[in-house]
Amino acid sequence: MEERTAICARGLTKRFGDFEAVRAIDFTVAEGEAFGFLGPNGAGKTTTMRMIQCASPRSGGDLRVFGMDPATRPREIKALLGIVPQENNLDPDLTGRENLVSYARYFGISKAGAEERVEDLLGFMQVREKADVVIESLSGGMRRRLILARALVNDPRILILDEPTTGLDPQARHQIWEKLRALQAEGRTIVLTSHYMEEAERLCDRLVIMDEGRILARGAPADLVRTRIGRHVIETEPTDAVRACLGRHGIRYEEGGGSIQIPVDDPAAVSKLLLDACGAIRLSTRPATLEDVFLSFTGRRLRE
Amino acid sequence: MSRGNLSRLAWAVWRRNLEVFLKTWRVNLLTPAVEPVLYLLALGFGVGSYISEIDGVPYVCFIAPALVAISVMNASFFECTYGSYVRMYYQKTFDAIVATPVSIEEVIAGEILWGATRSLISASLMLPILVLFGVVALPSSLLLIPFAFAAGLLFASIGMCFTSIIPNIESINYPAFLFITPMFLFSGTFFPLELLPAPLQALALAALPLAHVVNVCRALTLMTGWGLLALGLAWIAVVTPPVFLVALRLMRRRLVV
Repeated sequence: MEERTAICARGLTKRFGDFEAVRAIDFTVAEGEAFGFLGPNGAGKTTTMRMIQCASPRSGGDLRVFGMDPATRPREIKALLGIVPQENNLDPDLTGRENLVSYARYFGISKAGAEERVEDLLGFMQVREKADVVIESLSGGMRRRLILARALVNDPRILILDEPTTGLDPQARHQIWEKLRALQAEGRTIVLTSHYMEEAERLCDRLVIMDEGRILARGAPADLVRTRIGRHVIETEPTDAVRACLGRHGIRYEEGGGSIQIPVDDPAAVSKLLLDACGAIRLSTRPATLEDVFLSFTGRRLRE
Repeated sequence: MSRGNLSRLAWAVWRRNLEVFLKTWRVNLLTPAVEPVLYLLALGFGVGSYISEIDGVPYVCFIAPALVAISVMNASFFECTYGSYVRMYYQKTFDAIVATPVSIEEVIAGEILWGATRSLISASLMLPILVLFGVVALPSSLLLIPFAFAAGLLFASIGMCFTSIIPNIESINYPAFLFITPMFLFSGTFFPLELLPAPLQALALAALPLAHVVNVCRALTLMTGWGLLALGLAWIAVVTPPVFLVALRLMRRRLVV
């Protein structure tokens, strides 16, 4: 099947006054794939989403959504998008069902068509029994599901989700993931931002890691882990003796979070070397994860 | 702003506000109906018993149209300041709507149309009461209802201009006390404009929208003063469109960054 381009950015830039929030980034999202933007707070993920969804005009570079320019054809682009914003902005003056019905009206969907579609979506997102309750009395997970249902009201070709599961409990999070996979299986393109590595690893076919407005790495999650870190990580105690020993043997390591991490492809051999050469130290081996990749690119400095 | 940014979708925004309004219709319909009765009793019959007539008109009949005008002003101005600010800033309703094909201009136009509708509702609720008290002429006073919508568009647009520039909700007090309250008192509402010194009279007619709205309302309920009615309608027709467009422009500047 021929791969079509859903979103294409070249040199995409956003400035707020003197501050450059997004610095000439390039990316292409193919139709039907799940594409992730990973990065710490302030990386420029949300700003990028807002440019795609025609909410924020770009300052430079080029951006196309299904070949259309957000600067000149926002109405047509927005008709094809389903937006799940970071901040819950369900209408608190309305119930869940009314939220969806009034949203359908903004897309020019007829009343009869809207009511049928809303019923389907309430069922699909499993929010029907609470559909006539005011938003205020709903749980976080329920609100998130309603927002996702709202984003689907226009049968969008691209779903844009800005931190879809932040603040949810594991049950609610898994439920959202399950729905997103089902939506992708229907052929929809999914673009999401996250700082949950597990979420990105599970959902994204491809992703980019952003920091300070730039893309630092890109690829399929498994490829990124393999090429940047390796298959495994050995963790050991952060003592001077261990550091000295690792240094003597020229073994590359990272330190942080209360341990020393050594990325390796052959954990058995390196463990043996460490135990033989560095003495009786405690160590454990685990599979390398996207989090290792993320931290290796973005560092451990805290972000405001 | 390009003309392509305004379409019928503005009415979808208006419709959202109407639905929310109807959910709590009891309180929404009761308050605008109670206020004029209180004013009529206190000022019309209380204060009015010391004032026989103004320009040959009983005092209560003199203030009745002004009460309609004030209510028209308050309904739309405060809907498009407090109401719109809460929807914009606290509830993020505008953000949610502009993620759909609706443009920011349509959101603001819908809000202004809704503000004008609030004015129309207020006038419609007051009119039967004024008729009951026998202080307005019929059928000319029925024209207050469509006129309330037109005047409401003006006050809603003015309110929206303030909403687009204020840094926080408390700042609505500036226009409320420095613009609305003086207008409430000095627009020929409770005493004739002619009692003001000539320069102030000229200033009122040049700069106070309520002065014109009062003149139009008074002409309709007293069946006199047609020259002032024509002037008022012309003033409102000339001033409203630019203020409306400025509100759209300022709101885009505030919200699209």
